[in-house]
Amino acid sequence: MTATATSARSDLSELGRSETALRTFLHGLPGVDQVGAEQRAAQLGTRSIKTTAKAQAIDLAIRMVDLTTLEGADTPGKVRALAAKALRPDPADLSCPHVGAVCVYPAMVPYVAEVLRGSKVHLASVATAFPSGQAPLEVKLADTRAAVEAGADEIDMVINRGAFLAGRYQEVYDEIVATKAACGDAHLKVILETGELATYDNVRRASWLAMLAGGDFIKTSTGKVPVAATPPVTLVMLEAVRDFRAATGRQVGVKPAGGIRTTKDAIKYLVMVNETVGPDWLDPDWFRFGASSLLNDLLMQRTKLTTGVYAGPDYFTLD
Amino acid sequence: MFEYAPAPESRSVVDLKPTYGLFIDGKFVDPSDGGSFKSVNPATEEVLAEIAEAGSGDVDRAVRAARRAYEKVWGPMPGRDRAKYLYRIARIIQERSRELAVLESLDNGKPIKESRDVDLPLVAAHFFYYAGWADKLPYAGFGPNPAPVGVAAQVIPWNFPLLMLAWKIAPALAGGNTVVLKPAETTPLTALLFAEICQQADLPPGVVNIVTGAGETGRTLVEHPGVDKVAFTGSTEVGRAIARSVAGTRKKLTLELGGKAANIVFDDAPVDQAVEGIVNGIFFNQGHVCCAGSRLLVQESVADRVLEALKRRMAQLRLGDPLDKNTDIGAINSAAQLARIKELSDAGSAEGAERWSPPCELPDRGFWFAPTIFTGVTQAHRIAREEIFGPVLSVLTFRTPAEAVEKANNTPYGLSAGIWTDKGSRILWMADRLRAGVVWANTFNKFDPTSPFGGYKESGYGREGGRHGLEAYLNV
Repeated sequence: MTATATSARSDLSELGRSETALRTFLHGLPGVDQVGAEQRAAQLGTRSIKTTAKAQAIDLAIRMVDLTTLEGADTPGKVRALAAKALRPDPADLSCPHVGAVCVYPAMVPYVAEVLRGSKVHLASVATAFPSGQAPLEVKLADTRAAVEAGADEIDMVINRGAFLAGRYQEVYDEIVATKAACGDAHLKVILETGELATYDNVRRASWLAMLAGGDFIKTSTGKVPVAATPPVTLVMLEAVRDFRAATGRQVGVKPAGGIRTTKDAIKYLVMVNETVGPDWLDPDWFRFGASSLLNDLLMQRTKLTTGVYAGPDYFTLD
Repeated sequence: MFEYAPAPESRSVVDLKPTYGLFIDGKFVDPSDGGSFKSVNPATEEVLAEIAEAGSGDVDRAVRAARRAYEKVWGPMPGRDRAKYLYRIARIIQERSRELAVLESLDNGKPIKESRDVDLPLVAAHFFYYAGWADKLPYAGFGPNPAPVGVAAQVIPWNFPLLMLAWKIAPALAGGNTVVLKPAETTPLTALLFAEICQQADLPPGVVNIVTGAGETGRTLVEHPGVDKVAFTGSTEVGRAIARSVAGTRKKLTLELGGKAANIVFDDAPVDQAVEGIVNGIFFNQGHVCCAGSRLLVQESVADRVLEALKRRMAQLRLGDPLDKNTDIGAINSAAQLARIKELSDAGSAEGAERWSPPCELPDRGFWFAPTIFTGVTQAHRIAREEIFGPVLSVLTFRTPAEAVEKANNTPYGLSAGIWTDKGSRILWMADRLRAGVVWANTFNKFDPTSPFGGYKESGYGREGGRHGLEAYLNV
């Protein structure tokens, strides 16, 4: 296994050197049957997670939240409040863990950095002309560098969907490689915008493309198009990171983002992680939720489990 | 690690009686000349209830009641009125589906997620579907005014107790026939609860009669001279005996028997979904499925990759308490069936096939068998030829589509087959050549009341489900 993995690793690193090699590889991946993938995702959604398992899942989900605000109306005051919440999601219960990261636009990074300094909460910034990615490469790279310089240690980039759908895989690949270089030490999350890729075959190919180009995480969505993260899309991406690690030895994280609002949904995703890629990914370093309203629902369910009663929404902070 | 806490479905929705009589002419009655037997929970070996055993006198009473109801009430009743009863039964089944699902899992050992999400929805769907036909029989393609057959004797197996009951009773009643049904001796309880539902629906007495018992009761029923139609689902061996006993009589006969289906995976198959299909094909309902994909034919060029993925997936299967909502594999239905599975699996090992199961702790009490695959199986092995009817998969390889067809058809059975490929033209080419009643493409074990189901060769004859399923219950 080790020998084949090593040889596979060197083979795969050559793929990015030619459009033909990339295309041959990506189109040679096994297809995804839509009905079967959706059925499997739905099946995993019927697991019943109760009592101790639920408590464990809720705390893990809180630690995996990338607490996000990506609005034109974001202000220093708004993002500071969000960062404070990230550090201490439930002021009434100090045993509640902090979230995984705060995710904001590059211009808001400095204000969040002040609040998070010295904590273990990561600071993620979207970059590369988020959400459309329709800007010259130099602009995207400058966007990335600015975010890193301002203090972001995670960059959420968008792929060039136009180039991907037009079949210009090399261009997409090169942009990811360049962005990864611009990130320096910061972790790179590659947003595939699966709602625009439309088919699961495309999702699988884009996942591999992003991983081959050096992405540390693959992420479903910007949250800015009608279709965001769905369980089957996330399932296909989890299968891709599982197969990529088997082939190359390198582990890549997964981040579904957008549309995950309830504890029930979050737990369904954790079940999917558990039964598709296993416990190695059940960690905030390898799985995140891009979400905003999810956190308060997790906190409400957490309080319900510890106290036995539901508290009203007024008992949880709105930020 | 993410350990799922126990999530048991509550047993309290089921009101189990200590003893059950026979359901004849709309009432529960004691057997006149029979004894009784016990139905046990195969997951714990706990006795669930004592069940009346119908003797020949009881069977005779039931057939006479069915005859009276056929001649006086149900046969003459307009189709639209029969439909009302069938719709009512379907709705009551939906309303009481949780109770029925729990009882089915208790008596049969199947996981609650299957009885809840597969069996019960299909049971209700079958009654709804055939209720729709009851007043539209002139349009079923069997002539302008097709008449019913009369009294149907129906003998059903233990693997899908209530679903097989629905497959038998719904089309019979829609067509204007009355029935005497014998459930399997290890799983009679949901049929008896169904009898209560018939009472609740005010179904006229005698239209549905349930006689419980073992093989002897079944034999008495199918050989009864007052029966016009015999329908049997079960083993090929018993099917043969029934065919012999019915031969030369005026009785119509349909048989749905065993299978040894090939699930064929080509090199261009969607691997992750194919693996799900393989798992569903053989481990669904502990492999107690006549159309189970018990022979995996995988193209040699991808065999290693598919098997690695299959083993990884099998390691995720959760075996245990059937009432736990997270259980994937429940209990084997009976000690006798467990012994048969063990015998054939041992033969597989003895004949040189390589056996593999994921790490899997079996409970101390009850009847259990770990999900198992055999690799290196050839057409000459017993486990490639005989129906195991358990969670045991035999893996064979092939090189070309023609070889796949040849191996798939090289069995006395012919109930179902599966094809996994991204190439639509190959699916059609294969489906034309596979001698199986059902061919699934890029899926497996999909059932629908509108779709006919039945076998080639020793898998039986006649079709159940769909418009075709009415034929057996109409005088055509």
